[in-house]
Amino acid sequence: MALLEIKNISKDFDGNSIIQNMSFSVEKGEVIVILGPSGCGKSTLLRCINGLETIQQGEILLDGEVISNRKKDMHLIRQKIGMVFQSYDLFPHYNVLKNILLGPVKAQKRDKAEVTLEAEQWLSKVGLSDKEYAYPRQLSGGQKQRVAIVRALCMHPEIMLFDEVTAALDPEMVREVLDVMMNLAKEGKTMLIVTHQMSFARAVADKVLFLDKGEIVEQGTPSEFFDHPSTERGQKFLDNFQFESRH
Amino acid sequence: MLSSETISAITQAFSVLFMGRNFVRLLGGLWVTVWIALVSVLFSIVLGIIFGMIMTLKNPVIKAICKVYLEIMRIMPQLVLLFLAYYGLTRMFGISLSGEAASILVFTLWGTAEMGDLVRGALQSIPSHQYESGRAIGLTEKQIFVFIIMPQALKGLIPLSMNLITRMIKTTSLVVFVGVIEVVKIGQQIIEGNRLTVPSSSIAVYFVIFFMYFFVCWILSLLARFIEKKQK
Repeated sequence: MALLEIKNISKDFDGNSIIQNMSFSVEKGEVIVILGPSGCGKSTLLRCINGLETIQQGEILLDGEVISNRKKDMHLIRQKIGMVFQSYDLFPHYNVLKNILLGPVKAQKRDKAEVTLEAEQWLSKVGLSDKEYAYPRQLSGGQKQRVAIVRALCMHPEIMLFDEVTAALDPEMVREVLDVMMNLAKEGKTMLIVTHQMSFARAVADKVLFLDKGEIVEQGTPSEFFDHPSTERGQKFLDNFQFESRH
Repeated sequence: MLSSETISAITQAFSVLFMGRNFVRLLGGLWVTVWIALVSVLFSIVLGIIFGMIMTLKNPVIKAICKVYLEIMRIMPQLVLLFLAYYGLTRMFGISLSGEAASILVFTLWGTAEMGDLVRGALQSIPSHQYESGRAIGLTEKQIFVFIIMPQALKGLIPLSMNLITRMIKTTSLVVFVGVIEVVKIGQQIIEGNRLTVPSSSIAVYFVIFFMYFFVCWILSLLARFIEKKQK
């Protein structure tokens, strides 16, 4: 059984269809990269999975349990789904450690000392062991995103969702964040990644989904999609990232 | 240059302050002012936070009611509200409040409205992704409010509410119209009492009252600065 199943879901905002009858599934340990032009529904898809948006049709299953359009206990479901956003979304009034502890200690009621130890291990893994007591405003964008990733990981999620996490970063900080994600992929984390970093996508993905206008236009291995896209729309999208030399 | 006559008039004026129990009486008056302000401010903060939270609700009926209440409190001069509470309640419903109770009632109603609007603004200034990242780590809506939204909102609120509290302290000088003997009224009594012997006493009395108000508000702004620093 797949870890995450998306079954025929549709989503629209005020009559504008964002996602149309989309289905796919994610196996445990699989890394899926979602590509597509802006407005194709990639971010909305992740937000629907995490219950930040409701869906109009279909259902989303995690471990065989329906998780879409839950009302009361959505916060319990979300504890199994880690999500990192494009905007630096740390809590500005807490230091790094408190940012990380908030979810595990308050939402999951886990032991503070134990989570602190885990947080420290993760922070040193992502190269931020000296930033434990720093406040978000003292960190660079790349550092903030790495903290946001650790914050999500300390919840022990079954799947991690990354919504264009490097899109707002300065170019020289993109790498440090992508390296962290790459290591997570190597460790066998189940991940769903929305990104515009094509070479990263190609290197990290087990499977690529190409979305356009709320539909999955193409799916396959990275080499299938990047080297031989089977659709014109896929080819056109990839052309955006190529420049012909003028010499 | 000041003539020697002026100087002696001023010295005489200030000597009035230390005649009999005059200075103690002024301090007593100041205490009435501060007490009314303090009680009203405490009520206003608690009720204002609740009112501000209610104002962020999406229900259009609740929104409209809050808006009407806020506008009434803003448009009506505090003096009119005082008269309504002091004389109006007695006339219409036979409820007879003491001057002080009527003052605290009016200042609390006014303070709650203004404070509520400040709280509403502070709450709405928190960007939506703060709510979303709270949700994303599995917090309940209540936990998000307590641990993420409220601490940030309160932080921005301190300088604004200090401004409001200072305004409330100054506006307490109106309570004299509903028979409360506060610092300005006692000052006037002292001036009247010495009108024949020391006609210039008003300059000294009002000078001291000025410093009393200044001192109280200054302590507040020191306190605000201290809290803001501590938060950093």
